[in-house]
Amino acid sequence: MSIDRSDIEKLGELARIAITEENIEATTRSINEVLALVDQLQTADTAEVKPLANPLDATQRLRHDEVSETNRRDDYQPLAPAAENGLYLVPKVID
Amino acid sequence: MTWETVIGLEVHTQLATKTKIFSGASTQFGAEPNTQACAIDLAMPGTLPVLNEEALRMAVMFGLAIDADIGKISAFERKNYFYPDLPKGYQTTQLEKPIVLGGHVDIELADGSTKTIRIHHAHLEEDAGKSLHEDFHGMSGIDLNRAGTPLIEIVSEPDMNNADEALAFAKKLHGIVTSLNICDGIMAQGSMRFDVNVSVRQKGDELGTRTETKNLNSFRFMERAIKKEVERQIDLIEDGGKVLQETRLYDGDTDTARSMRSKEEANDYRYFPCPDLLPIEIDQAYIDAIKASLPELPEARHQRFMEQYQLSSYDAGVLGDDAATANFFETAVDHCGDAKLAANWVTGELAAKLNSQEMQIQQSPVSAEQLAALIKRISDNTVSNKMAREVFEAMWQGDGEGGNDPDAIIKARGLKQVSDSGAIETLVDEVIANSAKQVDNYRSADESKRPKMLGYFVGQIMKASKGQANPQQVNEILLTKLKELL
Amino acid sequence: MHNKTLAELRTGLNNGDFSSVELTGHFLDRIKTLDKNYNSFISVTEEFALTQARQCDERLAAGDAPNLCGLPITHKDIFCTEGIRTSCGSRMLDNFVPPYNATVVENFAAAGMVVLGKTNMDEFAMGSSNETSYYGPVKNPWHSNCVPGGSSGGSAAAIAARLAPVATATDTGGSIRQPAALCGITGLKPTYGRVSRWGMIAFASSLDQGGPMARNAEDAAMLLNVMAGFDAKDSTSVERDVPDYTATLNQNIAGLTVGIPKEYFNEGLNPATEQAVRHALGELENQGAKLKEISLPHSHLSVPAYYVIAPAEASANLSRFDGARYGYRCKEPVDLHDMYMRSRAEGFGDEVKRRILVGAYCLSAGYYDAYYNKAMQVRRLIKNDFDNAFNEVDIIAGPTCPNPAFEFGAKGDNPVAMYLEDIYTIAANLAGLPAMSLPCGFIDNKPVGLQLIGNYFEEARMLNVAHRYQQSSDWHQRAPGIE
Repeated sequence: MSIDRSDIEKLGELARIAITEENIEATTRSINEVLALVDQLQTADTAEVKPLANPLDATQRLRHDEVSETNRRDDYQPLAPAAENGLYLVPKVID
Repeated sequence: MTWETVIGLEVHTQLATKTKIFSGASTQFGAEPNTQACAIDLAMPGTLPVLNEEALRMAVMFGLAIDADIGKISAFERKNYFYPDLPKGYQTTQLEKPIVLGGHVDIELADGSTKTIRIHHAHLEEDAGKSLHEDFHGMSGIDLNRAGTPLIEIVSEPDMNNADEALAFAKKLHGIVTSLNICDGIMAQGSMRFDVNVSVRQKGDELGTRTETKNLNSFRFMERAIKKEVERQIDLIEDGGKVLQETRLYDGDTDTARSMRSKEEANDYRYFPCPDLLPIEIDQAYIDAIKASLPELPEARHQRFMEQYQLSSYDAGVLGDDAATANFFETAVDHCGDAKLAANWVTGELAAKLNSQEMQIQQSPVSAEQLAALIKRISDNTVSNKMAREVFEAMWQGDGEGGNDPDAIIKARGLKQVSDSGAIETLVDEVIANSAKQVDNYRSADESKRPKMLGYFVGQIMKASKGQANPQQVNEILLTKLKELL
Repeated sequence: MHNKTLAELRTGLNNGDFSSVELTGHFLDRIKTLDKNYNSFISVTEEFALTQARQCDERLAAGDAPNLCGLPITHKDIFCTEGIRTSCGSRMLDNFVPPYNATVVENFAAAGMVVLGKTNMDEFAMGSSNETSYYGPVKNPWHSNCVPGGSSGGSAAAIAARLAPVATATDTGGSIRQPAALCGITGLKPTYGRVSRWGMIAFASSLDQGGPMARNAEDAAMLLNVMAGFDAKDSTSVERDVPDYTATLNQNIAGLTVGIPKEYFNEGLNPATEQAVRHALGELENQGAKLKEISLPHSHLSVPAYYVIAPAEASANLSRFDGARYGYRCKEPVDLHDMYMRSRAEGFGDEVKRRILVGAYCLSAGYYDAYYNKAMQVRRLIKNDFDNAFNEVDIIAGPTCPNPAFEFGAKGDNPVAMYLEDIYTIAANLAGLPAMSLPCGFIDNKPVGLQLIGNYFEEARMLNVAHRYQQSSDWHQRAPGIE
């Protein structure tokens, strides 16, 4: 399967990565090279093969429901590009 | 034309765990912004989730309470989208293998019949944070305290046909999760939030195009939103238009709704198995142990209330379907010993007050113990029902002399009822003596008309006692005296 | 001092031949004077290191020193270090100073090791040449116009150039083994789940695994003793006893069956590399091991499967870098959408963006089954190949990479040419198996790596074979022509 520039624009939107006009062609080309590589998967006979999401056939361990975290806002929030009154600030959120 | 409405609900239910679903941060409501958002909740680089056993247990409890199958193997997936209240850029949720499959919730309809609402599934997921829309120099503030709070999203089949059924279903679910003690049920804090899927069709037609109205956080808003949406869709079709598949937002303050995004603009969520979490495997012994320890559910409690307290089915339902109400009622009974009076007060005065203020019983300023103390003063004839209503009003306000304490209020207001039969006899005699004309009328009236004529005398006597005479005693003494005059 | 192994340095410290402050100062001096030639460090933590070293000297004097007390190490800049900038090789995290430590970092701190700094790497560990780092490429100490490999190129080069005796690294598709091979050092990727991923910035969660880089197998074993172990903070961490990996290094390997996958000696393999690897296999045979040809029939699909699975997981793992709570935010975003679009476009480099886009594509509506699900099915076929092989053999051996170090820019702008450099390393990540690379020869003064792949949790056996090989070879002792 190969993709064109309109697909790339859509992917950029989905992944929230701006792709500039001068980059779009090169991006499209290189992604098509990768897709040509991964298309080799289609040659595999995978009928009846159960997908393997995780290499170990292990199951989820559970945590006790006990508060183990203290308030560390003063450590975390200085890392933010913008914060005020304990809140992280971002450009206006409109639903 | 006969329109039929088809409604399905998705109910986001916050689980009453102490900590988040994937971190050890507290879920306590109302903390200072971001003080309960730990590195995991903030999606700091390199942090990893570990599942809270209590969240899993609660989800299984819910499944068992609605007769569902429990997924022996369930798994978490990532639902990818960008939003400032979603720190990881994906929500960890369940899609292919949810923890609860199938099941049903039975609701009682207005005509007394029962309708089964099927549950498609319920899955575990994490809640998002909150965007605060007040203005910070043109910016929004993000509070991630709520991010990572465990939820079960309960997805019904489209088995409801009007807003009343949806409301009954939602209330029944509320009763179940609060009875299980897996959700505090406090709507005002967002503990239960509804997405409603609504479509209309001509009876017998294929299902119509549905819309989804998201994030309704009260029963009333849900009911209003459904009614409005049904009206809108019918009007649209009758005007020759077509319903578009879209996501809508309802604003409870203005009672208006608007389109948020169309199907075309719908997110491509790119779900895939979360590689940081492994499949959850649970065995039958685990399920059996939970099953054996399930607390009383609304239906069983309803039955018990009818038997144990001699309540009508209606009262038993009102009191027994919701766990907080049931607890309130039973606590009151424990403290006052009079189930009948307690039932009357909880379903009457208290319910009316809560309704008018849009409060839940958990938020009642009058506690069950305080109400019981008041009921005791009714039973022991200290106050009349009428006086008790005045005392209750004062207890509700709580800011006058006496605060919420009924005895203090009774004392402060001098509301003691006169139950001294001698004193009442004197009052009765006085009124009879001053009402020669009315006594004559009474004597000459037909036997069947007489009871209606008592009102006048009672009114006069109560007036003379400044409302403090025990009305029951007044009635008895008055009847005896009038009989003597016949 | 810098030519000594970690084991030798420990003996020296314990004998009082030198202090930790002297040892640490020596390596810091070397970094200061020499690293301009290699660019192997992103951050050097001189003050912190010397403070730690002083404390270690006190503990050593007091006799209550933990096992590796006072010995220097450097961490790949993917491991979060409290109070020390952790960039992951990206502009996105250029200003990121974590308020917490990775479990691996904690473990080494508890063992008393002194942190010299944070080493360079391909951005978010995505690359096989170290050319994608925001901080510039690392130069191969053996050939300054050649790449050191990636993504752990900084750690590998620092050890090869004797700027640090040992280092931590991570391996998602070969990021420990390939740079180890290209820089002539020893690197080990443990079984998936053996080393905690907590605090290790995620690239592809089901493939990522931290591991040691060192001069030889013995040092790697000493490090693995510290790194390995259960961590309740990582759901994929395995609750299983950690053996003493140094205890079995010297075991006789006579009678061991070594599987030689025929697919790893295909036409893509550089003949000189093949010669060096065959020669090393002959040495194992000399020590009594039996060589047995095996087949891993789905090997050719490992690169395609990897380039679906790794980008897919990465596309979600890297969504948190959105400019909201930490890291890079673009200048004066006009609205929320603009903040996302430009922060991520400007904060990430080309290779990272490419993989995010490929990952988003493979997961998007209509393509999930053809790509992601198919890749996960192929992943199982690849794992099954190994399971079958390990029914017949005790360990698998072959080349680490098809070619020795290549020149900067040699792979042009075709990403696939670069991806194929990992053709022999990726399968172990897909299967979750432990694997390592050790020096086994040179081509034109460029190191060649021998790869060993062990069965699940058989790191000790790999280290044993590697150590025995290193007892009868000196490739690992060679140093590039440096001061």
